[in-house]
Amino acid sequence: MATRIFGSGIKRREDPRLITGKARYTDDFQMAGMVHMVVVRSPHAHARITSIDTSAARGAPGVVAVFTGHDLKLGAIPCAWLVPGSDLKVPAHPALATETVRYVGDGVAMIIATDRYLAQDAADLVQVTYEVLPAVVNPETSTKEGSPQLFPEIANNVAFHWVASSGDDGVNQAFAEAEVVVKERIVQQRLLPTAMEPRAVLAQWDKYAEELTVYSTTQNPHIARFILSGVTGVPEHKLRVIAPEVGGGFGSKIPVYADEALAAWASMKLGVPVKWAETRSENYQVTIHGRDHVEYVEMAATKEGKVTAIRGTVYAGLGAYISTAAPGVPTILHGLMYSGAYAIPHIRAETFGVLTNTTPVDAYRGAGRPEATFLVERLMDRLAHTLNMDPVALRRKNLIPPFENGYTVAIGLTYDSGNYEAALAKALGMFDYEGFRREQAAARQQGRYLGIGVTTYSECCGLGPSQVAGAVGFQGGLWESAIVRFSPAGKVQALIGASPHGQGEETTFAQIIADELGVPVDDVEIAHGDTNRSPMGWGSYGSRTTPVGGAALVTAARKIKEKARAMAAHLLEAATEDIEYGDGKFFVRGAPDRFKSIQEAALMATLAWNLPAGMEPGMEASAFYDPPNFVYPFGTHIAVVEVNPATGQVDLQRYIAVDDCGPQINPMIVEGQIHGGLVQGIGQVLCEGVVYDDQGQLLTGTMMDYAMPRADMFPTFEIESTVTPSPHHPIGVKGVGETGAIASTPTVYNAVIDALQPFGIEQMEMPLTAPRVWKAIQDARAKGGQ
Amino acid sequence: MRPAQTTYQRPTSVAEALQILAAHEGAKLLAGGHSLIPAMNQRLATPELLVDIGRLDELKGISVSGNTLVIGAATPHAQVTASPNVRAHARALAQACGMLADPQVRNWGTIGGNIAHADPASDPPTVVLAAGGKLRLQSATGQRVVDANDFFLDLFTTALQPGEILRSIELPIVVDRRSAYVKMPHPASRYAVVGVAVFLDVANGYCSHASVAIGGAVPKATRSPGAERALQGSHLDDAALAAAAAAISAEVSGMAMSDLYASAEYRTAMAGVILQQAVRAALA
Repeated sequence: MATRIFGSGIKRREDPRLITGKARYTDDFQMAGMVHMVVVRSPHAHARITSIDTSAARGAPGVVAVFTGHDLKLGAIPCAWLVPGSDLKVPAHPALATETVRYVGDGVAMIIATDRYLAQDAADLVQVTYEVLPAVVNPETSTKEGSPQLFPEIANNVAFHWVASSGDDGVNQAFAEAEVVVKERIVQQRLLPTAMEPRAVLAQWDKYAEELTVYSTTQNPHIARFILSGVTGVPEHKLRVIAPEVGGGFGSKIPVYADEALAAWASMKLGVPVKWAETRSENYQVTIHGRDHVEYVEMAATKEGKVTAIRGTVYAGLGAYISTAAPGVPTILHGLMYSGAYAIPHIRAETFGVLTNTTPVDAYRGAGRPEATFLVERLMDRLAHTLNMDPVALRRKNLIPPFENGYTVAIGLTYDSGNYEAALAKALGMFDYEGFRREQAAARQQGRYLGIGVTTYSECCGLGPSQVAGAVGFQGGLWESAIVRFSPAGKVQALIGASPHGQGEETTFAQIIADELGVPVDDVEIAHGDTNRSPMGWGSYGSRTTPVGGAALVTAARKIKEKARAMAAHLLEAATEDIEYGDGKFFVRGAPDRFKSIQEAALMATLAWNLPAGMEPGMEASAFYDPPNFVYPFGTHIAVVEVNPATGQVDLQRYIAVDDCGPQINPMIVEGQIHGGLVQGIGQVLCEGVVYDDQGQLLTGTMMDYAMPRADMFPTFEIESTVTPSPHHPIGVKGVGETGAIASTPTVYNAVIDALQPFGIEQMEMPLTAPRVWKAIQDARAKGGQ
Repeated sequence: MRPAQTTYQRPTSVAEALQILAAHEGAKLLAGGHSLIPAMNQRLATPELLVDIGRLDELKGISVSGNTLVIGAATPHAQVTASPNVRAHARALAQACGMLADPQVRNWGTIGGNIAHADPASDPPTVVLAAGGKLRLQSATGQRVVDANDFFLDLFTTALQPGEILRSIELPIVVDRRSAYVKMPHPASRYAVVGVAVFLDVANGYCSHASVAIGGAVPKATRSPGAERALQGSHLDDAALAAAAAAISAEVSGMAMSDLYASAEYRTAMAGVILQQAVRAALA
């Protein structure tokens, strides 16, 4: 027991049930009398509803009820991140449209039937007549005069305009006086989160107790309860939200959608349990999308490569309605990260939040920071090419020097700790950079095109201090809580407010408890995902479960340990200050054979036959933890690619990732998180991208059209780490759920552009598919490139 | 994934299946179901009756009969790929059936269902055409054999008549004939953006026979007489390959398909690139 289990790559306790089919997801639950809901959705991206005839559907076999928006008594679906100072206008988002539909998939009616297939049959019988209106899908185009208008009260579809600046005069002066300025127009294409489990909901109204239970595929059951209570009118203490097994989210299960509210309302109306489960096509059509930026960015520098300023104007697509966290993503989580890992004296970030006739956009893995990292890293490579400097040397010249306890960047954030040079040095130690440059030059002589991308990044996660949440308009707190308790026989149960859905905290949090309390890891159970069981918490997203929820857990465990120490002292008839602790035992200083185990102390406290004066019975503690700051993981990633000029195919040959998330509770799980993040980030570069036509029809509406990354696209990832603790976290840890997705996109993109330097190609729109790369090479050749 | 209601019958012989087909106009044949079921799930197909011929032993199996390799229509792709006879006599077909879709589809989907469906981006039709294969069709009145050249008519259209079932695929066996199938897959669907099959007779570096077909790029599996002329009678040197590539691209140009992923221009250019890769793979 002397060895700490913290830092050990034990296997995930979640996995046996996940890989043997024993996990229970929302759609697995059956209830007596349960009926099924199917939502009738608009086939048009923008249209006025002239009439809805549900008579045929009402008479269809198995149909229990058909409702339209006129029947509903539900509040609008709210937005929960009201970014201040941005003139944000949140248009009403009814659960079912009654007058106007604004994207393909907007709900217009709901069918309740005894069977979901019959419900689908009936849905096909609902006759809706539409007066089709012109649609707009591109966020930049949408702001232009003459574009179709989604809401009369929102001029030019601009729902908000947000600016953060280190000082406009300084920024303007830096650009005016710059020796070099590089600019780029970057399109952060729309992405589909594609969680393996589509969304589902099962709502059960108990008419006797007047209580509503909602099983939901949510990343944050407490937020879901908070919002659903407001929408349905069921008071929070009569509303229970359960997140059973949730098969991934990547941000797409943060929001509360119309579908959850509809199922809840229908169950209350009909008095029977109502289940809804989306199909994959529906998932692609109505579950939030990610990214969707058109950006104009520029960087100013000296001829020696010292960056003096960076600024950008971003048109961020919001889709047809403003989803739960949408305004915060391209502003707070994006614009404030323009400094990256670099000391840049002048920074200005400007964002237009723009409505379009498309599926709503919200947080998707990384949420704003991948886009920020991409633009910074892209401009760094562009600057290097312009100055004819080595891109690694250029980065070294601008990295923030090592700091252990706070570094404030020009735009105002204070990073917690960082040693960027060390991570870069470690990555370069795994790779012969100079040798590669020689190999690259030789290969070009043979008509082979190798390229390298090197990213030195820092990101901001572990959301976050509640005071900051309030200041930036987030309509909730961002603390977490935990309850830790011993059962009489010495097992430990920890209840957490956060809601892991694939990240492995049932394992890592048990490791934390095992170390803090000196109990076997298998004696610890981590429970989560039920608002009637778990204490309040704000959920799992933004790489915050361990930085915030883990800190709450540690704090509660330490409270218990102190109580157990006092109990042990009492039993050993010694003063508490004379009690020492080691390996789960409390012993009298100088007499290690006189001890009580923590389990004995817990049992005696629970029996309460003989408590010290003033001690309450039981061995349980709760803690609330509000972090003093965000955490800032960082690192260096390197990608090597070869581009086949005959086909345009990109072959990713090597990928090195050195990430620093502080001390690692479970290195295997850290590596798994990084692998997953890399695959998603590289997927954006090489294959993923949503396409709408001009009428707002989703052309990449199935997995036959939307290209997810596949294992055969990737080499074996070479993963290493450095360890720089967060100064403010009780065990020093930082988040690692998103770093892979944040750093890998610019790394691979820059590698491809580096490979294509002989052709004079500086830019292409992602994804860099073979046909697109081939076309770029053809065009460059036609213009006289190599 | 919510198909409309349908009904289902599982006949015990091809003859019985033909009777059912004759009696029900809205019936569709079901074998592995990997073309039909996805269409039903999206309600693009709503057959009134499914006639399951996927378990009929008389439609399964691979055998050699004289100089002919006979593959039962209901043989799953995975069995085609694993067959020593296919590997020995039509390696390109083993390759095509081994790279299409994913393992689950290859274990369930059948080569006959695939060929009868005639998806222009599917792999087996291209190989069967290049191999000089024939399709044996059965109806209530008897059997007929159709040359692959006359079988693939257009996008999703074949010479199969209503009331006919594809029984088997028959490929000629020629001693020492080499073959290969190379494709550029669509990154999402894994269907061929361009797929090229070549069959070559080569002795002492001299190519005495070449047959070439292309799929994916064009509306149906299509032979390339230009590429065949350039390769046949050559030593398959770089000049011959370049001429064959230019010829196939020239033929494809004008009929190449275009979609979200790849333009007609790209498919046209890749026809030649993939052809060269296929020839080199056949020689390797």
